[in-house]
Amino acid sequence: MGLQTALYAEHLALKARIVDFGGWDMPVQYSSVLEEHHAVRRSAGMFDVSHMTFLELEGPDAEPYLRNLLANDVSRLKTPGKALYSAMLKEDGGIMDDLIVYAPTLANPGRWRVIVNCGTRAKDIAWMQARAASFRVTLKEREDLAMIAVQGPEARAKVAALKPALAELANGLDVFQGVEAGEWFVARTGYTGEDGLEILLPGSEAPAFWRELLSAGVMACGLGARDTLRLEAGMNLYGNDMTEATTPLVSNMAWTLAWDHDFIGKAALEAEKAAGVKTRLVGLILEGKGVLRAHMRVLVPGVGEGETTSGTFSPTLEKAIALARIPVSDAGAPAVEQVQVEIRGKVFDARVVRPPFARNGKALF
Amino acid sequence: MRATPAERKYATSHEWVLIEDDIAIVGITDHAQDALGDLVFVELPDVGDVVAAHDEAGVVESVKAASDIFAPLSGEIVAINEALVDSPEIVNSDPYHDGWMYKIRFSDIAELDELLSAEDYDAHVEAEEH
Repeated sequence: MGLQTALYAEHLALKARIVDFGGWDMPVQYSSVLEEHHAVRRSAGMFDVSHMTFLELEGPDAEPYLRNLLANDVSRLKTPGKALYSAMLKEDGGIMDDLIVYAPTLANPGRWRVIVNCGTRAKDIAWMQARAASFRVTLKEREDLAMIAVQGPEARAKVAALKPALAELANGLDVFQGVEAGEWFVARTGYTGEDGLEILLPGSEAPAFWRELLSAGVMACGLGARDTLRLEAGMNLYGNDMTEATTPLVSNMAWTLAWDHDFIGKAALEAEKAAGVKTRLVGLILEGKGVLRAHMRVLVPGVGEGETTSGTFSPTLEKAIALARIPVSDAGAPAVEQVQVEIRGKVFDARVVRPPFARNGKALF
Repeated sequence: MRATPAERKYATSHEWVLIEDDIAIVGITDHAQDALGDLVFVELPDVGDVVAAHDEAGVVESVKAASDIFAPLSGEIVAINEALVDSPEIVNSDPYHDGWMYKIRFSDIAELDELLSAEDYDAHVEAEEH
């Protein structure tokens, strides 16, 4: 038996199929991965994401600490509660984790929030505590909180209808911004490529809110749909698409680097750039029928070999899609548009694309 | 859960077999399709392939995983269900009828004795789950 979130009994009540995820007993599906996926693209679905790690950072040096710690630059956050997606690097440029950091809100002007992955919790906290030694900051983990992500074109409207007081605050949110409502923290963020909210709330209040959302017609969605949605949206999964052995430059994350500030790992990335980045992370769409998965060999004609890092069947495209790390072609060579993927000993054609694969509920290819 | 049809035989690897003269029609059970979840791809053997009992003969893929199908009997593949190529979800919605996968002209009638009755298959599934 693993760790269980505040919503575990709700998952059992809905007869979810439970699997181990990073030491937690989590729902992988309630009815059908495809049905849950489509609910998020077409109306509204919700995920129990309470297994993630919720950190709070306070102290006079909070901002300089975060600017040093993170490869993206928190000084770019100019409005209360504004959020930033960033990699947290080791000195050699390898990615320790990807995370979202929220600037303080008006309600709590000293408090930065950082949400990191579940599987990386222990090493992230140890790393962050060690880096805090030379800064006047305190790091606190909020294990009393749960988080429900409500995602889809109707997500915000459904939450607003249930919680009018919250709605007033939440309706004014920019994409990638959060606001406090009492003990709750509501952010317009997500891992699906759709509009929606991620709501942090006391664990004791989560079951009742979950049930209200269910009765408002929001579909419960598990980790299976979470993966198909995020992959369609071109979003990386730590542990698959990036690890400590990969830098942001080979993980489709160069856009998250703020070169105009000093951060841990910057020198290593500059050296990598100067020497010439050797691989890149691309999107693949299988031409025919089949399913792509992680760790499949990718043959790049005239260039070399790579490997898929994530793969699935895309319910929106109705084709298999993947992210793959492939060798970079020589400068001046024509862009690679076709590769071959080895599936169970046979090779199949795949088209190289730049993610995302779907946006606003529609296939882009 | 659908009842396991009584007039068929079953493999411990969750295939069902329906005998019509010298032809065995093969598919996967309701238990199997439920465990796999939404099927998005079915790879079938080719007509003309000769298989031995317990050989891999086909693959079913759901969003989460790929699973081998095993030939329950030895023989020659004489027909495959082409409808599953475009609509693998038929296996989920109708595993015992429209979701049939292939037909074998079986070569060794004694192999039928190694297969389970519906009752024994149900018991096998029960035991597997506990």
